[in-house]
Amino acid sequence: MSGPSDFQPTNPALKWIERRLPIMGLMHSSFVAYPTPRNLNYWWTFGAILSFMLGVQILTGVILAMHYTPHADMAFKSVELIVRDVNYGWLLRNIHASGASMFFFAVYIHMFRGLYYGSYKEPREVLWILGVIIYLLMMATGFMGYVLPWGQMSFWGATVITNLFSAVPYFGESIVTLLWGGYAVGNPTLNRFFSLHYLLPFVIAGVVVLHIWALHVAGQNNPAGVEPKTEKDTVPFTPYATMKDMFGVSCFLLFFAWFIFYMPNYLGDAENYIPANPAVTPAHIVPEWYYLPFYAILRSIPNKLAGVVAMFGAIIILAFLPWLDTAKTRSSKYRPLAKQFFWMFVVVCIGLGYLGAQPPEGIYVIVGRILTFLYFAYFLILLPLLARIEKPRPVPNSIADDVLAKTGGKPAPMVSTVIALMVAGGLLLGGAESARAAEGSTKPPAQKWSFSGPFGKFDRGAMQRGLKVYKEVCASCHGLSFVAFRNLAEPGGPGYSVAQAQAFASEYKVKDGPNDQGEMFERPGRPADYFPSPFPNEQAARAANGGAFPPDLSLITKARSYGRGFPMFLIDFFTQYQEQGPDYVTALLQGYEDKPPAGVNLPEGSYYNTYFPGHAIKMPKPLNDGQVTYDDGSPATVAQYAKDVTHFLMWAAEPHMEARKQLGLQVFVFLILLTVLLYFTKKKVWANAH
Amino acid sequence: MWPLVSQMNPDASTVAAGAPIEVDLTPIAEGQDIKVFWRGKPIYISHRTKKQIEEARKVPVSSLPDPQSDEQRVKPGHDQWLVVVGICTHLGCIPIAHEGAYDGFFCPCHGSVYDTSGRIRQGPAPTNLPVPPYTFVSDTKIQIG
Repeated sequence: MSGPSDFQPTNPALKWIERRLPIMGLMHSSFVAYPTPRNLNYWWTFGAILSFMLGVQILTGVILAMHYTPHADMAFKSVELIVRDVNYGWLLRNIHASGASMFFFAVYIHMFRGLYYGSYKEPREVLWILGVIIYLLMMATGFMGYVLPWGQMSFWGATVITNLFSAVPYFGESIVTLLWGGYAVGNPTLNRFFSLHYLLPFVIAGVVVLHIWALHVAGQNNPAGVEPKTEKDTVPFTPYATMKDMFGVSCFLLFFAWFIFYMPNYLGDAENYIPANPAVTPAHIVPEWYYLPFYAILRSIPNKLAGVVAMFGAIIILAFLPWLDTAKTRSSKYRPLAKQFFWMFVVVCIGLGYLGAQPPEGIYVIVGRILTFLYFAYFLILLPLLARIEKPRPVPNSIADDVLAKTGGKPAPMVSTVIALMVAGGLLLGGAESARAAEGSTKPPAQKWSFSGPFGKFDRGAMQRGLKVYKEVCASCHGLSFVAFRNLAEPGGPGYSVAQAQAFASEYKVKDGPNDQGEMFERPGRPADYFPSPFPNEQAARAANGGAFPPDLSLITKARSYGRGFPMFLIDFFTQYQEQGPDYVTALLQGYEDKPPAGVNLPEGSYYNTYFPGHAIKMPKPLNDGQVTYDDGSPATVAQYAKDVTHFLMWAAEPHMEARKQLGLQVFVFLILLTVLLYFTKKKVWANAH
Repeated sequence: MWPLVSQMNPDASTVAAGAPIEVDLTPIAEGQDIKVFWRGKPIYISHRTKKQIEEARKVPVSSLPDPQSDEQRVKPGHDQWLVVVGICTHLGCIPIAHEGAYDGFFCPCHGSVYDTSGRIRQGPAPTNLPVPPYTFVSDTKIQIG
């Protein structure tokens, strides 16, 4: 992309092609011979990491689309079926879902790097603006992708975000109707979001090509912020940058794989494991972590239209950065004041992210307003001002001088910044956590589970007992509609044989039909049938249960959670603690009090439960000592029942958990070896350059 | 160009499904409210108590963020019936009836509080809960739409 290449293939066939389409010359001049500044640090590898992530997202996304059904009645189920029935479907979905977070994580580092080293300054303005466009497209794509599983957070996120457009004067309502294709978010909305979610990544890929083109015209910026002058200042892209980028990507993959295999739900919201319900708004609508700073800005401003304008303005303002910061020195390394303010700005952004996850009340609103002001002040007041008053330190004469001055320097700041950033990222998540915590319920005690941790496995005995408890007690009100009888005999499950699963199925009556007479009939269950639900529909369930709807239990251990609070959620990331759901379910089953504490008035038909949010639960105490007979001599106590049934339900929510953790171990061994090898290869290659 | 934009609007079946509906009011006791769906939107129908009506009428209209008198929001002669679209005018969540400081509606998403007339009293929502088009077919039956 940087002019004609002198690359000449020797193979006659390739020569023939090259004369007609000089594509190999283009590749050679862009990715092999292309001169790259020799002083680039690892922050520059995030460009390669982002290209890699885009590829991963497109590949997994196209495959997921082959199995997904974009219909309001079927989308939630089809996603569950991908995870449960498609070969490696759980893996593809985990990659795609946490991949989105990784993509944003990398893009934020990439953007902050550009900000710190002044990569937006002349002659790279267009390059920077193209980047802002990619970021906007990413946000739209990410948002629409989050809607597709059609869980509660998907639905209500879509409602809140599309309603932003109703703030437009005069045309607001018509614009929103146009976006919805109906009078509310519904099936037409889901369909068009799916179409656009499939399209936009390819648009992003197109703009990425322009972004790289612009990069190769202007040349890469570098930590010293001085342009390369002689050949001594640069090294060829291959092998130097290629090797370094591969090592960077490999390190990033280690981080990514931690989420895919061990913490797939760490970044998600438990609420999204509840199917979308237009009649019930979740208590806290919290967007994905990567939108939180902008969500905080939106909520800080009391006027609706002004809030929406500020939110979009916070992103658009980035495009004007090259003209707001007029300082001649590019790199903040040589700008003592700009450097400090840059870090303050990072803290402001993280602070906004934290506030975006908090309930919009009290002190949070005030701090939110202050931080919103600081965010805009950085761009509109501080940067223009600094350009006038700051006295930058002298920059090195050339890149070669910069490298020589630094040889033997320490790479430590990079490591410590990565750790700082990870802690900060965790803080954002913690915000989301604590929003959920503030619901006036007691935190359930953490239990010991055989399935927790990187080597966790289900306990077959507990699962078999739990199935018995479910069948004899829970099943009278609660469905288990995503679990089929055949699953009972599958590897990683309760360990029944195929014949046992068949016998278990045949005890159930399943409705089938129509037969030749056109009538529905009942037949014994088969392994392929799903657990029948006790009520034909939600209304019947509510009518039979005093207005409350007994939730389906297939996903209950993933759909319930509680805030872990600071600093537990950070420690959880390293200890792989993921068992909020099981802890809550077990505690709830044992949390009944015969008499509510003094001063608590229960509504009629409710019971007091210590762990239920709000304490008034419609479900009467379900388990009593001795209620279910165990054949294996385990104690017939409520505590044992509760643990066993939770164990079984955890498997029901994620039947492939054992496969996930096993594959995770293999992948980690491979990735660590690969990273080590790449590190030494990179070192060897770069030995010539230093 | 226009067909490319126009196709995004609600299609014929969606429009047809949005035709007016009739709701029987007899089962709703005083102090109770029901939620019906019309055009995919929840509509709250409240049978207000004397106290609730008084509260709604007592407040000086000019002090409200979106000034509207209670009389403008109900049908004459049917003061006890409040019919509002149960969608928060801020960002579209569903407010909970009988909650909040004004015994009206409270939106759990961003904390908007509405009074017994569905008027915004506190929080980020810019306007009152809209009153959908409806008429009394008889004393105990309304048609929404």
